[in-house]
Amino acid sequence: MSKQINVALVGNPNTGKTSVFNNLTGLNQKVGNYPGITVEKKEAVVKLSRNLKAHVLDLPGTYSLNATSLDENVVIELLLNKNDKDYPDVVVVISDIENLKRNLLLFTQIKDLGLPTILAINMADRMDRKGIQLDVGLLEKRLKTKVNLISARKNKGFTELKQSILDYQKLSVTPCLEASKIDKQYFESLKKAYPNQDLYKLWLVITQDVNFGKTNRNRISSENGFKPKSDSEIKRLQQKETIKRYQFINETLKETLTKNLALAKGLRASIDRLLIHKIWGYVIFLAILFLIFQTIYDWSTYPMDFIDESFLALSEYVKDVFPVGMLSDLISEGIIPGIGGIVIFVPQIAFLFLFISILEETGYMSRVVFLMDRIMRKFGMSGKSVVPLVSGTACAIPAVMAARNIESWKERLVTILVVPFTTCSARLPVYLIIIGLVIPDERWLGVFNYQGITLMLLYLLGFVTAVVSGWLASKMLKIEFKSYFVVEMPDYKMPIFKNVFYTVIEKTKSFVFGAGKIILAISIILWVLASYGPTDDFDNAESIVTASLDVTELSQEEINTEISSYKLKNSYIGYAGRAIEPAVIPLGYDWKIGIAIIASFAAREVFVGTLATIYSVENDNEQTIKNRMAAETNPILGGPLFTFASGISLLLFYAFAMQCMSTLAIVRRETGTWKWPMIQLFGMSGFAYVVALIAFQILK
Amino acid sequence: MLTIASLKKGQKAIIGEMTSQDIPLKLLEMGCLPGNHVELIQIAPFKDPLYLNINDTFLSIRRETAKLIHIELIPDE
Repeated sequence: MSKQINVALVGNPNTGKTSVFNNLTGLNQKVGNYPGITVEKKEAVVKLSRNLKAHVLDLPGTYSLNATSLDENVVIELLLNKNDKDYPDVVVVISDIENLKRNLLLFTQIKDLGLPTILAINMADRMDRKGIQLDVGLLEKRLKTKVNLISARKNKGFTELKQSILDYQKLSVTPCLEASKIDKQYFESLKKAYPNQDLYKLWLVITQDVNFGKTNRNRISSENGFKPKSDSEIKRLQQKETIKRYQFINETLKETLTKNLALAKGLRASIDRLLIHKIWGYVIFLAILFLIFQTIYDWSTYPMDFIDESFLALSEYVKDVFPVGMLSDLISEGIIPGIGGIVIFVPQIAFLFLFISILEETGYMSRVVFLMDRIMRKFGMSGKSVVPLVSGTACAIPAVMAARNIESWKERLVTILVVPFTTCSARLPVYLIIIGLVIPDERWLGVFNYQGITLMLLYLLGFVTAVVSGWLASKMLKIEFKSYFVVEMPDYKMPIFKNVFYTVIEKTKSFVFGAGKIILAISIILWVLASYGPTDDFDNAESIVTASLDVTELSQEEINTEISSYKLKNSYIGYAGRAIEPAVIPLGYDWKIGIAIIASFAAREVFVGTLATIYSVENDNEQTIKNRMAAETNPILGGPLFTFASGISLLLFYAFAMQCMSTLAIVRRETGTWKWPMIQLFGMSGFAYVVALIAFQILK
Repeated sequence: MLTIASLKKGQKAIIGEMTSQDIPLKLLEMGCLPGNHVELIQIAPFKDPLYLNINDTFLSIRRETAKLIHIELIPDE
């Protein structure tokens, strides 16, 4: 039987750790979450030799073992917990050749935990070009471990790295820095109080409490004469530790590393000059955004249409094959469209993350953060909020996920809360049909089409509302926070296609399986509500409708749509629509629009389809629905239902209301509580209601 | 007292005292430590954040943080 060991990959962000993981493990990786938190857990099992397998865990990127975020805390939690099933037998610290000095800080900390630790120096292929020389043999001697030069981009050095992992038991576990050197007196009393414990681990437990403050472990208290220090003293000691470590690192590298500084710069400076220029920087950013959105819309249409049609066909097939009955209906009208409603988002999510990960891989994203931080901070957010806000115009779901990069919890929460205001693509079909109905197809000054202007204003409105409510939220939220804004400005690099590909797969999977479950559940509930009615009218719909119609003059298809229209009216959801009619009449709507609004919670674009069913249009050809809608009359005021006033009211309602259960589900997942999605649901929808009410009352 | 926030574009300095509790530890870990070199590469539009080269690491920090880090200027060659 072959043995299995645990290997943990640790490293600073931007060292290519993920590419190393990809190269080591290939496609058999598994992505999940750490229990109870939203930090991604990536792992894989690989065969190292005939009788040794390795379970490789890709830990979140961190600059040190002093955790300040959930992601970083995962690393330290694992390395401190010998009983964890993933506790590593050997740690591989990934560093990159150009930032070796900084990367070694984390290395020395991990080495000092007494774990066999291999140093893998990535991007070794860039050494010649950058004029860097490294004495690997001497470095191994100084660091007392195995050092491997690798290149994930060129896929070099991995055989040797695997060999080092195989030989992990030969590695020395002597620390780089004796913990007691940080503060002799303090560490001696600590040792006296806990004679059987590893001193450096104890120290990390103490500092973790101070840095992160959310551990379940008991605080180390005064025992056997040990006097705990105050938080500020601990922080000072941590600074001292960092300085000592850098002293060791500086001495080590002085002996082993030489750099030709003239070669090291150059490219960065000239690209920076353009990309963060005070005018051109913004122009280029806007141009890139424009390009991305054009492409997302253009490219996504085809797969989305295909998915839509395939699921429709699948539903039809199930209806044909299964015996008529509840099960068949549940599958063909509840479950399949429910899954379809999840899969339909996949193309946009995939394309969006394709572009975002390319921008991140190249190093451009850090420049955008740099350019936008001051502006975004005025509105309670961070430069890092730009990515989520921009993503929101495609779909709020990936946008909320993209907020993970923001290290300050307050700025992150504000971003998540306001993202759904940006005009996502699901609002587009609703906007298009209503604009077509109530805004004249004429030109202003002979050039600008009113309909086009309205659409543009709606997009602007969404963005402005997001930003303004961000400002409001940051004033209202009483979350104490310090700015930990420290953004590394990485070198410009060509993106590695493999990494981009894995990111896209991973984010898409995380959406499908994370939010997907909840979307499916709610779709089924909506289906039940639309498929059953409280009275006999629903069950006898067929006979009632056929009796009331002159059957001979209508085709079977027309009769069927009349029946389903009647059924919908008398279903639970139909009753709900009629029940809320008094509430929507002041906005200028009738109960049919009420139903469509309720159904929109599955997804906004359902609005059009629902109206199509209610108005018994044979197919959801936009033109036909539009004609039917234009012919509707207002139940109270008489006259056409869709006027300029009710149309604007409806547009504003859709612009502001939180009507997307998928977004609520993902916000729940990202914030860990239902509190914030509920605030969004009631806050945004309430606001939408008031604005729509005012608009209709003024304009009517 | 001079701080990183008082640097002009292209100016270099040596990091001095860093006593404030509000300096994120992460900054220290990235090499921002007394005695190390710092160079101001670029200031973002609207004067914030600052783009620095500290001890061969390129990073950006907000002005409020930069104000907490004392420096000694290196005269131009």
